[in-house]
Amino acid sequence: MTVALPAVVSVREAGGTFSSDLRGVRVVWRRELIRFSRDRTRMVTSLIQPVLFLFILGTGLSTIARSTAGVSFKTFMFPGIIGMTVLFTAVFSAMSIVWDREFGFLREMLVAPVKRWSIVLGKCFGGMTVATIQGVIFLCLAGAVGVPYQPVMLVELVGEMALMAFALTGFGILLASRIQQMQSFQVVVQFFVMPMFFLSGAMFPLSGLPSWLTALTKIDPLTYAVDPLREAVFSHLKVSPAALRALDPGVSWNGWRLPVPLELGIVAVMATVLLGAAMVAFSRTE
Amino acid sequence: MGVSGPPSANTPAPLLEEPAIVVDRLTKHYGDLEAVRGVSFSVPTGETFGFLGPNGAGKSTTISMLCTLLRPTSGHARVAGADVVGEQGKVRSRIGLVFQDPTLDEYLTAEENLRFHAQLYGVPEAILGPRLQQVLEMVELWDRRGEVVRNFSGGMRRRLEIARGLLHSPRVLFLDEPTVGLDPQTRAHIWSYIETLRRAEQITIFLTTHYMDEAEHCDRIAIIDDGEIVALDTPEALKEAVGRDRIEIAVEDTEAAITSLKARFGVDAALSEGMVTFYVENGEEFVPRLFSESELAIHSIRVARPTLDDVFMAYTGRTIRDAEASGMDQLRASARFRARRR
Repeated sequence: MTVALPAVVSVREAGGTFSSDLRGVRVVWRRELIRFSRDRTRMVTSLIQPVLFLFILGTGLSTIARSTAGVSFKTFMFPGIIGMTVLFTAVFSAMSIVWDREFGFLREMLVAPVKRWSIVLGKCFGGMTVATIQGVIFLCLAGAVGVPYQPVMLVELVGEMALMAFALTGFGILLASRIQQMQSFQVVVQFFVMPMFFLSGAMFPLSGLPSWLTALTKIDPLTYAVDPLREAVFSHLKVSPAALRALDPGVSWNGWRLPVPLELGIVAVMATVLLGAAMVAFSRTE
Repeated sequence: MGVSGPPSANTPAPLLEEPAIVVDRLTKHYGDLEAVRGVSFSVPTGETFGFLGPNGAGKSTTISMLCTLLRPTSGHARVAGADVVGEQGKVRSRIGLVFQDPTLDEYLTAEENLRFHAQLYGVPEAILGPRLQQVLEMVELWDRRGEVVRNFSGGMRRRLEIARGLLHSPRVLFLDEPTVGLDPQTRAHIWSYIETLRRAEQITIFLTTHYMDEAEHCDRIAIIDDGEIVALDTPEALKEAVGRDRIEIAVEDTEAAITSLKARFGVDAALSEGMVTFYVENGEEFVPRLFSESELAIHSIRVARPTLDDVFMAYTGRTIRDAEASGMDQLRASARFRARRR
């Protein structure tokens, strides 16, 4: 230590170049994964909630749900609960920004010679990866509720989860850029996440509802992310047309049923808009 | 920065076209509040520059502008050869920052924190390994690099932050209150790192502190008060400008000594806590005269220079502790205290 330290590193200009910003995306993304892999309790606890919903609530409700036309209510709920897992994991993941702000680490990222958008994008990819992994873990339970492990279906589901997770992380970051304290997080959950979840059709089919509720479900962006999950599952089940009508009614505008690609397109557009808004909001902080 | 050839402590820093920091009439307004009012100074390459002042004097605002975290209301500043407004990216990649509040990821290990930083700053993989070891050894954390930061004490965290701030070989290192909240032993340690640093790597250090004793380590000091620089010079010159040295002698016959001092040297001595105490312009020159020209039987003698506390007092009309205690600052201080406890 008393030996004169040779200057081994010469400063490379990191600022301003596109490749340095891309590197920023990768570094932020990798950090999210390291933190996720290290936080086993988070991994487990965020699976407890969907398991409770599916097996306790699902079993309980199936005793009174008479209109399921031979399909187990748990089978119906399964894609919705996948959506729930992704929803909560993605929003929680984005909220780590608030955490980072409280513990100061956000500052380390904000003063780095990379553009703000690269930090937001890295966070978004991080949230997407983490939420998709959680969704995939939950997907392993498919057999327990009578959903076959059909490769095409699984691929479809994973793709849809990833898209949904990306959009929701973007949404979460947009909220997080406005939140200064972790305590406000409960407010976000009550005001945004729970209504989005309940209106999305994750818990009950969006058919035969009163018109005011139908209108609300169509405003809920999450509806357009949950429906493709359900269609992916139901298209690989052997169920009666009556059951399909009752449990997988799809989303209709003026009596026209939206095709899945269009729904996914809506989610993708929302993801882009939310991401853009999150980048703008974030570049204004401090 | 690239120092080619074998570096030796005596090699002068390569002449850059401009000083490490040039600040020209920098101001920052928050609505009606003028936090910084037209500050100008420059810091040559290789200097350790101390920025002193009570909380709320504009210290943090100035440092934030120099680090490109805040946009100045008016005026210009260039840091490490780049403009803080027009060339943010360049400035950021050439400076290292150690904030007073922690900015580490507690869930990552010490090494992971540094790797994250290195990749954000584009340190090439090939030299990252040796550089990592170098900075971690300097702050004596190499052995603990695999531990998660959550288990680190406050002093260890600050040392890790200093190592991280140096990792990408910045030309200018900003240390914002590097020792605040640390115990005296750790503070001394941190200062020894800073000393090592400025010998080994010819970097410019810009630091803020409100510990006056620590400011002695700086080559030059600026005192900022109420958004303006009220004094700027070396610690020695500042203290000299303030005034005279205090001399305390212990003698058998205090009354005789006081009379003799008045008669021979024309100084007004007085008894203070059992010591004959008086003030002279230059204590070091006076002591030899005292021994050769007087027959006083002196048991012991103490020459005390004016401290930087006296300097601060002279320029701002209050001690730094009084200045700290104003209401606004107390609010800030308690906010920071809360932030640190979390």
